[in-house]
Amino acid sequence: MYSATGINCTPMAGAVVEDVKVLGLPLIPFVIRVLIALRLKRVEYELVEVQIAEPKSEILVKSNPVYKKIPVLLHRGKSICESAVIVQYIDEEWSDGSGSSSILPADPFDRALVRFWAAYIDDKLPAPVRALRWGTEAEKAAELAGQIRQALGLLEEAFVECGKGKGFFGGDAVGYLDIALGSCLGWIRALEKAKSVKLLDAEKLPRLTGWAERFLAEESVKGLVPDADEYQKFYAAAEARTSATPAA
Amino acid sequence: MDQQPPIPPSDLKLLGSWADSHTHRVQLALKLKGLPFQYQEEDPLRPSAALLLHNPVYENLPVLLHRGCPVLHSTIILHFLDDTWPLHRLLLPSDPFDRATARFWSHFADDKLAPAVAAVFSSAGDGQRAAVDQVHQNLKLLERELGDGGAFAGRRFFGGDEIGFLDIVLGCGSYWLAVFEEVMEVKLVDPEAFPRFHAWLRDFEDQTEVKETIPAIDKLLEYARAVRQMMLGGGAAAAAAGGDNAATN
Repeated sequence: MYSATGINCTPMAGAVVEDVKVLGLPLIPFVIRVLIALRLKRVEYELVEVQIAEPKSEILVKSNPVYKKIPVLLHRGKSICESAVIVQYIDEEWSDGSGSSSILPADPFDRALVRFWAAYIDDKLPAPVRALRWGTEAEKAAELAGQIRQALGLLEEAFVECGKGKGFFGGDAVGYLDIALGSCLGWIRALEKAKSVKLLDAEKLPRLTGWAERFLAEESVKGLVPDADEYQKFYAAAEARTSATPAA
Repeated sequence: MDQQPPIPPSDLKLLGSWADSHTHRVQLALKLKGLPFQYQEEDPLRPSAALLLHNPVYENLPVLLHRGCPVLHSTIILHFLDDTWPLHRLLLPSDPFDRATARFWSHFADDKLAPAVAAVFSSAGDGQRAAVDQVHQNLKLLERELGDGGAFAGRRFFGGDEIGFLDIVLGCGSYWLAVFEEVMEVKLVDPEAFPRFHAWLRDFEDQTEVKETIPAIDKLLEYARAVRQMMLGGGAAAAAAGGDNAATN
């Protein structure tokens, strides 16, 4: 059995109306990436919330049999999985030809560069973020926070090369790499609050700090990246469930 | 229609390693697209100054230099080649959904299949049996996609009538299956259990450009035996002997 609480986004002017569904949960950065990408392309969608803990929602298992993970994009009776694959699909499927609303940059070398850094983000951030969130040893926590800060440090430098002096990794507008990292800002802010650590330190990472504020204020992003308190509520509920359930 | 001018060989330089399947992906892709390039053999254990300069984050191979600018990660390089030379034979399909499908299974190849195959090589006993089982599970998924109702149903290659992006990604690496079968004495690609995957691999390895790219099996066997020997405590000398012989390829 699955619950499908559809959440429709507000119809936009000039919006593309097709049957587009996203299987996901609003707190998950990988899902947020897909929603931002759809907003950038002005594509209307329905977010279908699914059960990701066992027993997983039937629709999730059917549409992503290999990984059984979110996000999944459902379009024209087909399912597309993996956030990086989905965002590129969205960019290519809803391409207006002139490249004006392009998520990936136009230049081949710039495209390779943002793909590299997006892969770096997925390689270096999720594991320590999760370990830090759910771990309890103080020593280990310091080490994990250090790993996250180191990754953000490299991204601070990458911002210079990718952004070319403009406000976003994508230049004048939000692009692929902005989405890849920006979708994780809620996670980062929540961790800073919950663990009393500085990760996105304004003094050490001034460019990223400025970028984060601009990113979160963007029309296509507003309301999609939950703030620290929303994550706190979710974590608290998850912890309550874990302590209430006897260990397996 | 725009004609792209001939590419000077000095425009493209590939830093790679002779036994590295990710290097082979790029070599094969360059060959298929008819792009001339210079090649520099690297020792993965002793990165050159050039490698450290161009890939400071990971210090790994392959690295493609285009007019001195580095492009990293084999799958990103393959995309770069199509983006830069769209009038040369395209590696990726043109339809967005087909591209998404190829990218998904490419991710699967590196995220699930390759680590499982590597685990077969680096383990023994129960651990190895579990690793072999994992490889079979992964091959089953690919076998299914090549069958009726699958994403690649009825195709000779994942790319269709000709090899493409996903063939390159899966193929450059799948030759280790036969090598490990012999060195580890395990059965990985049983033609009865995986008839379609077996047929695809045979057809892939039969392609002229593939034969020109992938090292001879005896060299790969020698290399694998030397690495295995080293892992089991045979010492660095055994590995060095195997590596030196192979590097004079």
